[in-house]
Amino acid sequence: MSVLHDPNPLNPNAIEARGMSIYYGAFRAVKEVSFSIESQKITALIGPSGCGKSTVLRSFNRMNDLIAVARTEGEVIFHGQNLYGPDVDAVEVRRRIGMVFQKPNPFPKSIYENIAFGPRINGWKGTKAEMDDLVEQSLRGAALWDEVKDKLKESGLSLSGGQQQRLCIARALAVEPEVILMDEPCSALDPISTLKIEELMFELRRQYTIIIVTHNMQQAARASDYTAFFLMDQDRAGMLVEYGPTDQIFKDPKDERTEQYISGRFG
Amino acid sequence: MSAEPIQPLTPGSVRRLPQGEDFRRNIARRRFIGRIWRYLFFSSLIIGVIALVTLLGTIVNRSFGTVAVQERVNPATLADRPLEDLSQEELLAIAQANISGNVRRRLDREEPLAERNEAELLRIIEEFVLQREVVNSWPLSETLFNYRHIEEQAAEEFPNARLEFRSWVSWDFIVRPMSRTPALAGIRTALLGSIWMIVITMLLAFPIGVGAAIYLEEYARDNLINRIIQTNINNLAGVPSIIYGMLGLAIFVRGLEYFTSGQFLGPGGAPNGRTLISAALTMALLILPLIIINAQESIRAVPNSLRQASYGLGATQWQTIWNHVLPVALPGILTGTILGMSRAVGETAPLIVIGAATYIVTDPSGPFSSFTALPIQIYNWTSRPQDQFRDIAGAGIVVLLILLLSLNAAAILLRNRFRRSI
Ligand SMILES: Nc1ncnc2c1ncn2[C@@H]1O[C@H](COP(=O)(O)OP(=O)(O)OP(=O)(O)O)[C@@H](O)[C@H]1O
Ligand SMILES: [Mg+2]
Repeated sequence: MSVLHDPNPLNPNAIEARGMSIYYGAFRAVKEVSFSIESQKITALIGPSGCGKSTVLRSFNRMNDLIAVARTEGEVIFHGQNLYGPDVDAVEVRRRIGMVFQKPNPFPKSIYENIAFGPRINGWKGTKAEMDDLVEQSLRGAALWDEVKDKLKESGLSLSGGQQQRLCIARALAVEPEVILMDEPCSALDPISTLKIEELMFELRRQYTIIIVTHNMQQAARASDYTAFFLMDQDRAGMLVEYGPTDQIFKDPKDERTEQYISGRFG
Repeated sequence: MSAEPIQPLTPGSVRRLPQGEDFRRNIARRRFIGRIWRYLFFSSLIIGVIALVTLLGTIVNRSFGTVAVQERVNPATLADRPLEDLSQEELLAIAQANISGNVRRRLDREEPLAERNEAELLRIIEEFVLQREVVNSWPLSETLFNYRHIEEQAAEEFPNARLEFRSWVSWDFIVRPMSRTPALAGIRTALLGSIWMIVITMLLAFPIGVGAAIYLEEYARDNLINRIIQTNINNLAGVPSIIYGMLGLAIFVRGLEYFTSGQFLGPGGAPNGRTLISAALTMALLILPLIIINAQESIRAVPNSLRQASYGLGATQWQTIWNHVLPVALPGILTGTILGMSRAVGETAPLIVIGAATYIVTDPSGPFSSFTALPIQIYNWTSRPQDQFRDIAGAGIVVLLILLLSLNAAAILLRNRFRRSI
């Protein structure tokens, strides 16, 4: 079994999709998508409901493997290696490419255990004190430390929705991923919590590559560096319509369908 | 290209909904139907409660009551003090002086008289020397509401007997071994047999059942073979228990006799395969489907978001199952286990078929001893001709119920501990 390559400083791209098609059984949900995602930037995936954004996102860390009927064709290149190659282990992929889900899903355990779980199952060898330190750093990294430092033993489920989502981000950070995938992480949150998560994303961008699915046009416009616009074609397969720097997509879209969508005329 | 155009509702279809007064009458009717159902459900509950109360009443009525006790020999002729105050040596002397012949030989074979303690000697003297006997018994209801009648009947039919209030369920009843005299019979052997059996059954059925459920829910693919297996498990849960008994007889008692009799451990095993281990294996088979199905249900109820969160951090499938699926599913799994355990404690038919002993005085000493169990003992007592066996059968049922309730209580406490820790 090969080990995934380390980041290459000469390669600006974290992930590259090449001719990627994804099927659920006989149904093709995503058709021939090719694009590159730049390291340490925030890339937003936008598009109408059902066009395959979540499907594309999940294919980047092989979460689609968990769906029995799902099948991926084409390549997803990560540091020059195809994630769908025959000898790549999905477990390693998911450690290197973390994920935050639409609905906050903390484990029904203490806040501390929520963070410590990831490192532990991945073979953490440090001491208790080092673990305490890692938990604190992860929670600080997710801007949650000050709110929970006095109740680390309490259940993760006792937090508010926004706090839970930041706990999930902290949990993802604790296994030191390179890329973080976020599927509509703010859709269950109020505007204040949403802003907090967006600020957090800006902070995280220094160290991590972030790919985020969002239905919120303002969020995509203000919080991302690149934007990819997806749409369904006649047989309801999702395809990539336009991809570029966020400024350009929102101010000067090349495709008229993009223009229509971001100006709210359909979708 | 994108969503289909949205059709506004036409006013016609809206007007088919009742309006105004019509609508109010419609609500009243719906409420009325709801109320009828509510009364129906309430009556079902009442019927259930009545049935339960009757059941308990009958058992309690039989387990307590008045007895007429009669002794062939007056204890005053044996000693100048009450027998209870005598020492072991004095009791032994009385026993040796008054018991002889076959009875003496049989007792000595079980355990020499000289080595028995005071309580046992006292019991032996009561049974064989005094020949203390319960000549008649009356249930609790008569004792409470018609005691005069009891006195009259006793004075007429058993002039030498004295009346005593007797609780057939007593500590003595629980700790005494089986006896041919109902008033002296105890249930210790059967109680120990049941406890041994249930412990071995659960040790076998719990891990195997939960393991199978984990495999079916988390690993098995949805293919023909697995679907056939699943269907069969569901059907097995409905197979009558006597059929499991026949299976146990054929496989464990007869087929695997060399193992189930303990002969493979060397000489000194049971004479045949009708041992605790055969019974426990049969019971384990019997409750396995129940445990598997319940465990599957609760594993299926674990939200998928939890599994995804775990996989998303790089957990393997086993780490996900062990750390997240099982802890969350455990309370539900334990509920199914409690059901299975109660079933195994109370089942009688399979034990009869595999041939648990009905008269046995030695306690089971391990998985390879012959044994009897509570339901068997109760069944046996109810089928004896003497009336007093019915009284101790009632007491046996009370002991069985107490055992069941304490097992369930223990399991529920355990389950609640797991619930709270989440
Ligand atoms: N587990 C699945 N099994 C079968 N089909 C699926 C599955 N998940 C998604 N699909 C199908 O794939 C298509 C794309 O779904 P996907 O969830 O990727 O859309 P999306 O762009 O994320 O939509 P939304 O914005 O509503 O979340 C849809 O037609 C959907 O029905
Ligand atoms: Mg989605």
